[in-house]
Amino acid sequence: MSRSQVMIDGNEAAAYIAHKTNEVIAIYPITPSSPMGEFADEWSAHGGKNIWGTVPLVIEMQSEGGAAGAVHGALQTGSLTTTFTASQGLLLMIPNMYKIAGELTSTVFHIAARTVATHALSIYGDHSDVMAARTTGWAMLFSNSVQEVMDFALIAQASTLAARVPFLHAFDGFRTSHEVMKIEKLSDADIQAMIDEELVRAHRQRALSPDRPFIRGTAQNPDVFFQGREAANSYYLAAPEIVQKTMDKCAGLVGRQYHLFDYVGAPDAERVIVMMGSGSEVAEETVDYLAKRGEKVGVLKVRLYRPFSIGHFLAALPKTVKVIATLDRTKEPGAVGEPLYQDVVTTIGEGFANGTTPLAVFPKIIGGRYGLSSKEFTPSMAKAVFDEMAKPQPKNHFTVGIVDDVTHTSLDCNPDFDTEANDVVRAVFDGLGADGTVGANKNSIKIIGEETPNYAQGFFFYDSKKSGTVTISHLRFGPRSIRSTYQIQQANFVGVHQFGFLERYDVLGAAQKGATFLLNSPYGPAEVWDHLPRPVQEQIIAKKLKFYVIDAYTVARNTGMGVRINTIMQTCFFAISGILPRDEAIAQIKYAIRKTYGKRGEAVVQKNFAAVDETLAHLHEVKVPSQATSTIGLPLVVPAEAPEFVQNVTAKIIAGKGDLLPVSALPVDGTYPSGTTQWEKRNIAQEIPVWDPNICIQCGKCVLVCPHAVIRAKVYDEGASAGAPATFKSTAARWKELSSLKYALQVAAEDCTGCALCVEVCPVKDKTQVGRKAINMAPQLPLREQERVNWNFFLGLPEVSRTDSLKFNNVKNIQLLRPLFEFSGACAGCGETPYLKLLSQLFGERALIANATGCTSIYGGNLPTTPWAFNQDGRGPAWSNSLFEDNAEFGLGMRLTVDKQGQYARELVRRLRDTIGAELADALLAANQSDEAGIIAQRQRVAELRARLANGGDPAARDLWALAEMLVNKSVWIVGGDGWAYDIGYGGLDHVLASGRNVNVLVLDTEVYSNTGGQSSKATPLGAVAKFAAGGKPTAKKDLGMMAMNYGNVYVAAVAMGASDAHTVRAFLEAEAYDGPSLLIAYSHCINHGIDMTKGMQQQRLAVESGYWPLYRYNPALRAEGKNPLQLDSKAPAVPLRDYAYNETRYRMLEQSDPETAARLLAEAQEAVNARWHKYEQLAKIES
Amino acid sequence: MDLTTTYMGMTLKNPVVASASPLSESLDNIRKMEDAGAAAVVMYSLFEEQITLESNLLDHYLSYGTESFAEALTYFPNMATYKVGPEEYLNQIRRAKAAVGIPIIGSLNGVSTGGWIRYARKIEEAGADALELNIYYIPSDVKTTSVEVEEMHLEVVRDIKASISIPVAVKLSPFFSATANMAYRLAGAGANALVLFNRFYQPDFDLEKLEVVPFLVLSNSSELRLPLRWAAILYGRVQADLAITSGVHTYEDVLKCMMAGAKVLMMASELLRNGIHRIDQILEDMTWWMEEHEYESVTQMQGSMSQKHVAEPAAFERANYMKILQSWRSDPTGQLIK
Repeated sequence: MSRSQVMIDGNEAAAYIAHKTNEVIAIYPITPSSPMGEFADEWSAHGGKNIWGTVPLVIEMQSEGGAAGAVHGALQTGSLTTTFTASQGLLLMIPNMYKIAGELTSTVFHIAARTVATHALSIYGDHSDVMAARTTGWAMLFSNSVQEVMDFALIAQASTLAARVPFLHAFDGFRTSHEVMKIEKLSDADIQAMIDEELVRAHRQRALSPDRPFIRGTAQNPDVFFQGREAANSYYLAAPEIVQKTMDKCAGLVGRQYHLFDYVGAPDAERVIVMMGSGSEVAEETVDYLAKRGEKVGVLKVRLYRPFSIGHFLAALPKTVKVIATLDRTKEPGAVGEPLYQDVVTTIGEGFANGTTPLAVFPKIIGGRYGLSSKEFTPSMAKAVFDEMAKPQPKNHFTVGIVDDVTHTSLDCNPDFDTEANDVVRAVFDGLGADGTVGANKNSIKIIGEETPNYAQGFFFYDSKKSGTVTISHLRFGPRSIRSTYQIQQANFVGVHQFGFLERYDVLGAAQKGATFLLNSPYGPAEVWDHLPRPVQEQIIAKKLKFYVIDAYTVARNTGMGVRINTIMQTCFFAISGILPRDEAIAQIKYAIRKTYGKRGEAVVQKNFAAVDETLAHLHEVKVPSQATSTIGLPLVVPAEAPEFVQNVTAKIIAGKGDLLPVSALPVDGTYPSGTTQWEKRNIAQEIPVWDPNICIQCGKCVLVCPHAVIRAKVYDEGASAGAPATFKSTAARWKELSSLKYALQVAAEDCTGCALCVEVCPVKDKTQVGRKAINMAPQLPLREQERVNWNFFLGLPEVSRTDSLKFNNVKNIQLLRPLFEFSGACAGCGETPYLKLLSQLFGERALIANATGCTSIYGGNLPTTPWAFNQDGRGPAWSNSLFEDNAEFGLGMRLTVDKQGQYARELVRRLRDTIGAELADALLAANQSDEAGIIAQRQRVAELRARLANGGDPAARDLWALAEMLVNKSVWIVGGDGWAYDIGYGGLDHVLASGRNVNVLVLDTEVYSNTGGQSSKATPLGAVAKFAAGGKPTAKKDLGMMAMNYGNVYVAAVAMGASDAHTVRAFLEAEAYDGPSLLIAYSHCINHGIDMTKGMQQQRLAVESGYWPLYRYNPALRAEGKNPLQLDSKAPAVPLRDYAYNETRYRMLEQSDPETAARLLAEAQEAVNARWHKYEQLAKIES
Repeated sequence: MDLTTTYMGMTLKNPVVASASPLSESLDNIRKMEDAGAAAVVMYSLFEEQITLESNLLDHYLSYGTESFAEALTYFPNMATYKVGPEEYLNQIRRAKAAVGIPIIGSLNGVSTGGWIRYARKIEEAGADALELNIYYIPSDVKTTSVEVEEMHLEVVRDIKASISIPVAVKLSPFFSATANMAYRLAGAGANALVLFNRFYQPDFDLEKLEVVPFLVLSNSSELRLPLRWAAILYGRVQADLAITSGVHTYEDVLKCMMAGAKVLMMASELLRNGIHRIDQILEDMTWWMEEHEYESVTQMQGSMSQKHVAEPAAFERANYMKILQSWRSDPTGQLIK
């Protein structure tokens, strides 16, 4: 039977089988499993059918818990049902998984295994999630490669129908879920041959039906529960053999024979590693290498981990084994050992105890941990394990892949150990997200994998910033199936697509001797050498690299490609590497271009073609001199004045050397210093704003909207400007109260992302040339040095005093408040961060922030550097992220501490009145903290109180000393996106709002799950396209504000900074001042909307003017004044919804793909806007 | 009354043609045009620039920010198709051809030779009876010479003519140094008809916002003067049919066009402002006028007041200008100039 060879990743492979073999699919986004749901949703949206010829029904749920519940219900009523998830998502499914297993229900969940958050969240891969589910009674089948993902997905599906035990099919997150590999695609006939129709009918026959009623899901008592639990034993006992038979059947069809435990290596091996997951492939590669060299080593790959078959395990092990090392990709602190270790020890022990073991001797068994959070697992690490096993007293409970200099668990590795064959092409490409490098490389491996006999593998690494993102592509091609599931360490081709990387990263570190080095360079072959940093020159010479340059940006500009240099660099790679004859390569590149971009129109295809055709004339080999001549060194990663931790730890992470940090360098409990983004000068902006003091009206709008807090304003006495750099700009302050002062607006040139939102909002136009504003974009490079000096000088100018006569209740004055949220990793032009920055300016000095998982937690808390900062007094927001689903409760907990400890502190003040002094005690208790001056005065009293208590005293005094800060008002903020507030966290949010406690909830509403790539939430508007709503969302956005208003005692406001910044400020101040729960819903334009991000604020204005996003404030405090709490703050719809919506790709793409549906949904959306406005208008008119 | 005329080899039942306008985006309107008596319909323009722009924008927004961040490698679902190409336009031509019996003339507004030819072929394949090239070109580059501009126009016409077999009309700008010569050369390059003239939408200023804003004004009858003059001058001197567009609002306007030498006249503003049924009224009034004045056919009057055939050919040249100025001086009411 002929089957197609395809280049796909693990997620697509799993989703393919799942979609072919199920009727109902309940989904919810979570990295790295989201693409499985996206594939399933897209295929169903496009009419893709399962093997029974019907389109599977795909539904997005509000959480993984919800998905599991829906799956359970669909299964119980007889549907073939599945879901996909990872990490915390799997944890949320566990309660249902116990039920599904307890009811012996056939299903497969596909898991892109990912780290469970502990001391930190990690999106990367390990087995901590699936290991947390190992007690649920599910069978657990592990795939190690993309081909296995497709095969095992089917084997799992076929097995579960036969065994009735539900299956968890796991593969490594990112390493396998996102690795693109050449695999053989199973055909419909294959799948049909594997799925037994009788078993499908039996599954349906077991379903709940009112036509043949029975009850399932009873409650039981001590008399029978136990026996009932044991009643299913025979199914578990039978399951392993069923799986093996299914594997055998699969082998008969496709020729790939799998076993429950697959042994590879010397038949007489004495040292055997036991492990599962993608790392097994690395172990096999290492075993191949060592065994050929006479070493008696092997690896036993665990496929079916649950039910764990002792008999199959013992039979698979070579009888000669003397030492076993188990490798677990998880950690169970406090356990005797990790799960696989314990299972293997027990298995070997039982085998000997009951005399069933075929082994000659009781082997030594050691266990170790590797690869947590996608830590690389390489042949050198596998070899280190074998080396350790050869020692007389091998280390047990070891770690490999890190340096543990604290508890000394780690094994030493030889980084030069290399097992890769020379006939494998290994290419590494360093690019930017924006330049399209990854997309081009995906096309390249597709071309090579599908159009040549070569096997091919692509793996892509991304950094954790959302702007100026660095990407590293690892591509392998070769004549044999590729098992190297680790990043390339010895590359024979290195493409550096950004010249600036030469100074920032050791890009040639991975180049092997004689490798080819392709550089995108603004300098030609004759000049480039003199512009290279010396270490780069030295490596080129020492490694005898063949060096090529191309000015790809010029070619891109000339051919209409803008900053996308992808096809240009791709053409260079094919031209130099010679993988295909040049003409054929170009034909294939063009074919791939048409396939990739053809749908987007001929113009796009043609400009890409033009770029390909132009490329070769600009590609040049560089004659490499024999001596390094450069005087250009590498700049410091962080400034010399950065704190010690930043120097020793953060800087190494920034430089890409985090893997080398030993355990002792890291905090023990996940606690990190605040405000570290200031030390990471990313210099990612091509252009930065430049201030024109002569026409500026000092309104502060540019400062307010700047998403990265790089535009700052200060007023100061002229005397403070002594020693100002020559290019430092200032002018007379335009405040009545401050007319004697100077005003300076300064840009942090090295932190700017170049988004230009500031220019768009500037209301001033130069009267002599109206295209100029009071702030204008200009190239960064020529300004970088001077503005670095100016910025440092500006930072030294005094901060405005919060006790000044200025009221910080308007945009003009707020610009002077120091932001305590700065230089985040958010997208350029982000619509969320201006709100967070405002929060930090107004309340940051006393804010506790609970942050739901999502964009805000990633740009707010992802290492290496974090943006929540502190002021000159060391005060700033205390920030933490618990989970996605629990954020409202997490924030409420913070409030409860503030309330309880504040109350206790006041009790102690009363109790210790005499000790403290009556006057101070009374002042502390009676303090009016309703404004900044009151808070500052209270802080001073607290300082005095602590001074008076400093000498100890009784336990009460010591308690009061410790809790004294709680006498100063705290501002508790609960921050998250719409995915949290509208969906997964809504139950908790609702409860917290109903609690009446004084918390402030800020919902940054981008109307999709932004962080995971734009899946639909209940905030997604009617008619917009989103992932999981590919046909346009058919239902209206949930009116979260109206639901909260129904409580009557919740302050609610809908704001949109771009429509009215004054309204936003007012709502923030009122919400914080309100002594009860507050809910701010903030319109946040987003990259997921598909807009020109420089026009984000204009879109906000149109959203309001069209009536789509009415501005309002619902203030329960007004009721006491006899007023209607609801105030409608924007005007009646004056702009057709279309004029707002069709500026955005999320709406337009539906018009372009399905105009009739788009027109219908737009009409419905317009009606909904009108109706909602009418309702709000009526409510606002009701007399109190 | 014989109202028939010929245009680019097509026999039309009368000289009133619906000009390119958004009205033809609707099939209902095209049917109404036929019912009202329109002899042919020039479809709304297919803008190559717009297709290119939409295609590039879609590509930009679908690509922007992708393959950059591990959790969000894309931001939008993968749609089966996008209708960014000319398909919708071509489908409308197909639908129009199926729905009405009168000729359907495609209209192409392009910028590049490649684009012109590619889309012209597609329009022909979709069944259009003829093609109108709308050469909307503002020579704003100070280094571009008049010779280059003229050559660009001629090259486009030559290329198009070489690649399609249906008749080709050229809708041209009135702003040439040597308009008559340009018309002559365009005809020489193969243009089957010249459409006089393109109306360039002129931008306006918003004084409050200090912004340049697009400004669309529907034409009025006074704008007829310009194409009328040039039709009269060119009649009989170029080997191409003449069509007048811009400023045709009344039956008098239609009669003037015929007398100047146009084979057809094209209406858009009048239909947009007062409705498609105006064609019917105009044809009726025109017939009445012709009967009153004892004309037998349209062909009888075509070119009767062209420069070739009037008693005072200089009336279309500078002497005519002098005369108007003088009459204005002698007429303090200003009634002669409207």
